[in-house]
Amino acid sequence: MGEARVLLRDAAALDATVPAEVERKLTVLELLWNDGFVRKTVIIIFLAAAWEIYGTFLDNPLLFPTFHDTILTMFDKVRDGTIPLRAWASLKVLFMGYAAGIALAAIFTILAISTRIGTDFLETVTAMFNPLPAIALLPLALIWFGLGNGSLVFVLIHSVLWPVALNTHSGFKSVSNTLRMVGRNYGLRGLPYVARILIPAAFGSILTGLKIGWAFAWRTLIAAELVFGVSSGQGGLGWFIFENRNLLDIPAVFAGLLTVIVIGLIVENLIFRTIERNTVQKWGTQS
Amino acid sequence: MAALLDVSDVTLRYKTSSAVVTATERVSFSVDRSDRFVLLGPSGCGKSTLLKAVGGYMRPSEGKMRINGREISEPGADRMMIFQEFDQLLPWKTVLENVMFPLLMTRRLPRKDAEARARSYIEKVSLTRVVDAYPHTLSGGMKQRVAIARGMAMEPDILLMDEPFAALDALTRRTCQDELLQLWAETKFTVLFVTHSIAEAIKIGNRILLLSPHPGRVKAEVVDVDKVSAEDGSAARLEKQIHDLLFADAVTAH
Repeated sequence: MGEARVLLRDAAALDATVPAEVERKLTVLELLWNDGFVRKTVIIIFLAAAWEIYGTFLDNPLLFPTFHDTILTMFDKVRDGTIPLRAWASLKVLFMGYAAGIALAAIFTILAISTRIGTDFLETVTAMFNPLPAIALLPLALIWFGLGNGSLVFVLIHSVLWPVALNTHSGFKSVSNTLRMVGRNYGLRGLPYVARILIPAAFGSILTGLKIGWAFAWRTLIAAELVFGVSSGQGGLGWFIFENRNLLDIPAVFAGLLTVIVIGLIVENLIFRTIERNTVQKWGTQS
Repeated sequence: MAALLDVSDVTLRYKTSSAVVTATERVSFSVDRSDRFVLLGPSGCGKSTLLKAVGGYMRPSEGKMRINGREISEPGADRMMIFQEFDQLLPWKTVLENVMFPLLMTRRLPRKDAEARARSYIEKVSLTRVVDAYPHTLSGGMKQRVAIARGMAMEPDILLMDEPFAALDALTRRTCQDELLQLWAETKFTVLFVTHSIAEAIKIGNRILLLSPHPGRVKAEVVDVDKVSAEDGSAARLEKQIHDLLFADAVTAH
């Protein structure tokens, strides 16, 4: 039987004169290209340029105004206060519907996780109503609640409630058993258990639900405003688009559409991105 | 002196979708203060189920379990669980907040004292460096040490550890075992430790309960385990002895 030998290799001393390249700084261009915001801005600039070129080529402002015409009209309408006022009218109704939808979704999901019949109820009604387009309920809503914000809020609740409830519930269901046991170990139960363990653990899914709900609500609202237009003398963005089409002011129609897109982008990229960065990305539960 | 934890004639059954499974049958043991009590057995001996029952997560179909004379009926912070899974830390809280969380939730301490106590236990597991880090940035071994700090900071009657080092690599596992023993030497906490590794049982425990599988029954209890040592070969002999005892049936059956 022999002994094993340990052969020391002093690699560090040998190569001390030639430091190995451990890290290399990225160039400014590489750094910029790594920023998703920069890449997306480039795409938007490219689309705007394509629009401008096609508009100039077609040369028919009644069918397809150029990008700069649209932007100029938009500036005019923003400066004279029309677009901000209309956008605010739309957003006010949207917030009412969105908040009410989330509150109802919270009640539904809490019922669903506390009892088995509640789960069955939620699963059945989401399966029934989730595929039903909110706008299809508008004729009925007009009969029930009349011309006005009541009908709008009703269809908005319908468009928000189901996706939020569905995602929150599936998020709760996928919370790991270990985390549930940890929460119960500390004597948490009932609402504190939901608030302290389930909601933060399922926050990724809840946020997805809120994003889908927002997108559904926003498009439902604009569409609904197009259908029944103005109530109490002050319409929203949808009515603004409809009105200007009737006046054949097509650049203003495009300006209205662009405003709808811009507000959508702001909510998605500023509000929801910020929430994501400060929650699920910071926690490493979503990349 | 009455035992800290007293388990007598406990039978545990749980329902699957098609059958009722008996996990353990008439298991009895008692754990004294400052014991490092190990439940050892092959998979299927119900050792984890037994630990969960002590944790209050399931009721025994027969028999009684008492801690400090009180019957165990539900989970509680007097019995802190430490799991095998790395996801037992709350990912939305930093290391410090994770350790403080049970102290605050059970209203054991006001926020300032909870923070001081959490920091001192984080120092004990030498993780002061990462006190403000989120769990996803830590290695598996560090996560388990945070979980141990979180359990110990509550200063519970008993720590329940469910194979806490099983998912670690061999080197980290040894470091963690040494650290656990060192922590025990400092604070003399009581721990009920589940493992399927004979070597780990001998290293960690001062008493070992051997369980046989399908259903789990007590086969033997090994006492004075801390008297053996790795240097003179007595630990290796005990390991062989336990191995033969646990697998005697398996050999004759084949």
